[in-house]
This record gives sequence, C-alpha cells and structure tokens, in this order.
Amino acid sequence: METKIPDANAEDSNEAVISVRDLRVRYGEREILHGVTFEVPRGQTLVILGGSGSGKSTLLRTLVGLERPSAGEIWIKGQNISRITEGELDVIRKKMGLSFQGGALFGSMTVGENVALPLREHTKLEDSTIQIVMRLKLEQVGLAGFENYNPSQLSGGMKKRAAVARALSMDPEILFFDEPSAGLDPIIAAGIDNLILKLQKAFRMSIVVVTHELASAFLIADRMLLIDKGNIVAQGTKEEMQNSKLPRVRQFLDRIAEPEVEGEMDYLQMLTGEAPDRSL
Amino acid sequence: MQIATRQSGVATIVDVKGDIDLYNSPEMRKVILEELRDKRTARLVINLTQVRYIDSSGVASLVEGLKTSKTLGSRFMLFGLSPAAREVLELSRLIRVFEVFDSEDLALKAQ
Amino acid sequence: MELLDTIGRNTIGTLAYIGGLARLTGRSAYYTVVGPFRGKPVRFGRAVHQAMAVGVEALPILSLITFFIGVILALQAAYELRKFGALHLIASGVAVSMTRELGPLMTAIVVIGRSGSAFAAEIGTMKVTEEIDALTTMAVDPTQFLVTPKFLAMMVMMPCLTTWADAMGVFGGALFGITSADFTFATYISTTISALLLRDIVTGLIKSVMFGIVITAVGCHEGFSTGAGAEQVGRSTTSAVVMSIFLVVVVDLLFTALFYFLER
Repeated sequence: METKIPDANAEDSNEAVISVRDLRVRYGEREILHGVTFEVPRGQTLVILGGSGSGKSTLLRTLVGLERPSAGEIWIKGQNISRITEGELDVIRKKMGLSFQGGALFGSMTVGENVALPLREHTKLEDSTIQIVMRLKLEQVGLAGFENYNPSQLSGGMKKRAAVARALSMDPEILFFDEPSAGLDPIIAAGIDNLILKLQKAFRMSIVVVTHELASAFLIADRMLLIDKGNIVAQGTKEEMQNSKLPRVRQFLDRIAEPEVEGEMDYLQMLTGEAPDRSL
Repeated sequence: MQIATRQSGVATIVDVKGDIDLYNSPEMRKVILEELRDKRTARLVINLTQVRYIDSSGVASLVEGLKTSKTLGSRFMLFGLSPAAREVLELSRLIRVFEVFDSEDLALKAQ
Repeated sequence: MELLDTIGRNTIGTLAYIGGLARLTGRSAYYTVVGPFRGKPVRFGRAVHQAMAVGVEALPILSLITFFIGVILALQAAYELRKFGALHLIASGVAVSMTRELGPLMTAIVVIGRSGSAFAAEIGTMKVTEEIDALTTMAVDPTQFLVTPKFLAMMVMMPCLTTWADAMGVFGGALFGITSADFTFATYISTTISALLLRDIVTGLIKSVMFGIVITAVGCHEGFSTGAGAEQVGRSTTSAVVMSIFLVVVVDLLFTALFYFLER
C-alpha cells in the first residue's frame, strides 16, 4: 500500500515532470551523450528528434532507467533517478509507461494477458477488475475485442496499439514512445499519431516521443529537441524549431543529405586494396 | 480514500472521499459488492462529490458494481462527478452506461 | 608474454562467466526463499508449466535412450563377464552404473538438448525483441519472472527424470538378462534390488539436482547475454548446449570424486 504525499504544486502546469541536467552516458570507453540538459513540462509532449546514431535512443533508455548515466542528473517526480537503487527506481517505473519500437509484447501470452501483466504483478486487484481495466485500455487504443489474440496474429500497427495499451495499464503519469511510426505505412502511422494526441489531451499525460519522422513530430509535439552526435543542437517550441536558422536544424528539417566526403586515400589504391597503412 | 455507507429510505448511499487509485479501489469494490450481493440493497447510490481523481481500476470497480446490480435486478447510481471524473467516464464511453445524476436528491427521487 | 596474456585473459573470462552463473543462481535462490517474505510470491503456475515442458514431455525420448543404454551396458558387461562365467553379475553391474552415473548423466544430456537450449532461445529471443527491457520498465525483475520458475521446475524434475531413467536402464539390462543370461524378470529385478544400496541412488539424485542447476544457469545466462540481432539467438543456443555439457561433466567429475572419498 502506498501513501500519497499531497503535492501542492501537482496541478501547476509550469512544473517539469522530468528535468535532465548535464546528462552524460557512456558505454565502456565511448561516451554517447555529452551532457544534455532539458525539461519536460507537465502535460506536454516533448519530441526528441535525431538521426540514427545521434544518441536519441540511448537518451530514452536512460530516462526510463534501462541505462545508468555516468554523470549528471535526471529528476523525475522529485527524485534523482541516477542516484537511487533499483528498488527505488521500480517505484517510479510503475508511474511510467514505455511503448517499444517493435511493441515488445510477450509472445507467450495473449494480448489481454500482456495488458493485464503489470496489474497482476503490482496490484492486489481482483481478477474480474483486472479484466475490465484490460478491456478499457484495449478500447482506448482501438483494439476492443482483441484480448484473446496472440501478438503474432496482429499487424504492425495493432502491435504498437497493444503495446500502448500495456503501457497505459497502470494509469502512468508519463508515457514514453520509441519510434512510434517506424515500420508503419503512412496511414497507420497517422493513426498512432492521433492516438498519442488523444492520450495527451484526454488524460493530460506528459509524453516523451523519440522519432526521426518529421511530419509526425510536428503534429504531436508541444516542444522539440534536436539531438546530434550526443549533443543537443536546438530545443524549443515547434514554431521556434520551424523558424530556426541554425544550419544543423535546417539540414535536418529540410532533409538535406550529408555531403559526400572525398576519401583521403587514392580511389585506385582503395579499390585495389593497396591503401597505405594509416594506423600510425 | 475514505468510504462510509448510510441509509435513506430503501436506498443505501456510499460516500467516497479522496482519490480512488489502484491501491485502494479494491476496498470500494468490496463495499459496493457487499451492499448489492449480501445486503440485497435495492438502490445503491455512489456519492462521488468528494472524489477528485478516479483511475481505471476505480472505473472498473464501478463497472463491476453496475454489472452485479443488473444481474440482481437492483439500481446502481452515481452522483456528484467532478469534471475530471466525468471526463474519464466520457472517454471510456461509460457516461451513458451508468445512471449519472447531478445531486443526491435527484438520484433518490429518480424513478 | 603473449601466451601469458592469453592465459590471463581466458582465466579472467572463465571466472567472470562462472561468476555470472553464480550470481544468477543466487538471485533465483533469493527469489525462491526470501522473495515470498518480501511480498514477491513465487510463480508456481509458471513453474508447473516449465516442469511439464522440462519433465513430462521429455519422458518418451528419455525412456527410449536410457532403455537402450541399459541394453548397451549389459552387452558391454557381458563381453567381459562371460570370460569368467559370471553373467549373473550383469544385473548388479547395470544397476550400479545406471544409478550412480549414466542415469543422471543421460538425463542431463537429454534435458540440455531439450530444455537448456530452449531456455537460451526463449530468453535470447526476448532480449532481441526488447521483451526483457519491457519487463524491466514495468518494474518486473526478469530473473524473478523468467529464471526462478525454471530453477524450481528443474530442481524438482531432474531427480524425478533420473529415477525414471534409472528404472528404464534396469529394464534395458533385464531385456538382455532374460534373453541371454538365464534370468527371469523376477530374478533380475530381485538381484538388482539386493545389489543396489540406497546411497547409490541418492548420490545419483544429488548429482542430478546439481546438473539441473548448471543447465538452468547456463541456459538462462546465455540467453541474457544474447547480443543484438536474431542470428545471435542461434549462437546463444549453441553455446548453451556446449557449455552445459562441458560443465555437467566437470560437476559430475567433482561430485564423483567427492563421493568416492566420502564413501571410502
């Protein structure tokens, strides 16, 4: 049984639900994030934009506690999650939901069992209540009547919806999406965008979306953040991003390809494999 | 969350106070089902005036109450929904499934 | 210098691997013994499900293999024993070798092939499809959720399967004894029973529990260490099988030596 501590500022819309300060993450010797700082205001959608290898996925994994930062702070609901134990982190995780890129539904369970799992694990609700909550959640994502399907029987878009239903099952305060439109056709992807908008408006959820899809980003975002090579290039409202003059932002938003860099070595040498040893 | 029951004629009124969440909704469910199943209350009225927040498990518990009352042939009513609670029910398309009243008087007088 | 370097690296690698297995086993033991008192109940439903897969479904193939092993043991023993006209000793020979050694070992080999590899494949696939991460973000401990039921199932089923395998081996020996060595079924079985000491059976069962722990730890550990990409699942599965067989033989050697010196 948890006790709720009344929070005087809970309704204050200016309060940040997530506050990240000078966050650094490294895998072994390699530093992926070189000190990023940003906030997610309560009830808003933040879209984290970036290309492949920009560090945006690492950022998301760190925010949900799958990676531990090497330095810096992540404040979620008044706690610095980079400094707490796994057990304390689990308390915060129950208030967050994450929709994975591929859905990550458990293949050995039905869709309904997937959605019900967090409730079965963490609450003392009766099974009949859990069943109703599960059907409510499936209804909310437009999958009413699919609870007895196996995940393998669902299409890509339906899998993502089921994953969202599972992420919603504990009524989280913060919802994370990893590449919500990746691998979906434009119409299905638009449906997922609408679902995100609905969840944010209807349930006043704070949402963090990681994506490289520009159209989707501009549709759902309140604020945006462009990340490149582990650094934040720019952040602001979507209007501010749209009007940004920064070359890197323009390049990303206007979809200008990276100029092809001339190789340092001779083309003939490269083809014939007689390139000089450059290890020295 | 605090929960109390009182009689008013044939009706039993359940006064719920505080937030209804995953951890305390089983208590509300227990009270509702006891009233309907064991005490055979003919008209059960849930007072939500003092409920600021109700989560999905709370809504699910109310749905279970409604279902039980239908099977037993009794009435199950809600009143005093806060705008937030009303919105939650609207989103789940449940506002029309329940008998929702604006005040205790209206609920008790309703045919 | 390079040789020393390689030896050093391999030693560290091996120690790290065994450390990983021990940690996984320790955490599972924690969730079985201490967990229930901390409000984290053991998943008996999942354990029973695993026990069916590990145990009951293995019976047909295990029966066949150990029956044949029993026949083979009798044949090999008879090859020597008939020189001394001592064919009546095959019953005790088969019984002792089955219960002390081949029963547990053959059971372990069958279980590695069926379940050790399946554990690695199941957890490896879940790793690749981010299902393990999904469990973590839902505040569900993957070890508690996935590994503990497997340990429980294995530690119950391995001795059961081994007992069954012992019996099938004895029946295999009986087939030869009845057809070629003047035994009747009744005399073969009574000879077997009088030849067997309780400690022969118990040492075999103790080994089988140890094998169960090794197989589960290696299978699950390989699954969790699966890298990105579907082809990595195949690699994990293969190394789970190879590593399990190797470690089962090592554990077998350790315990056989231990029992030898204890029983002297």
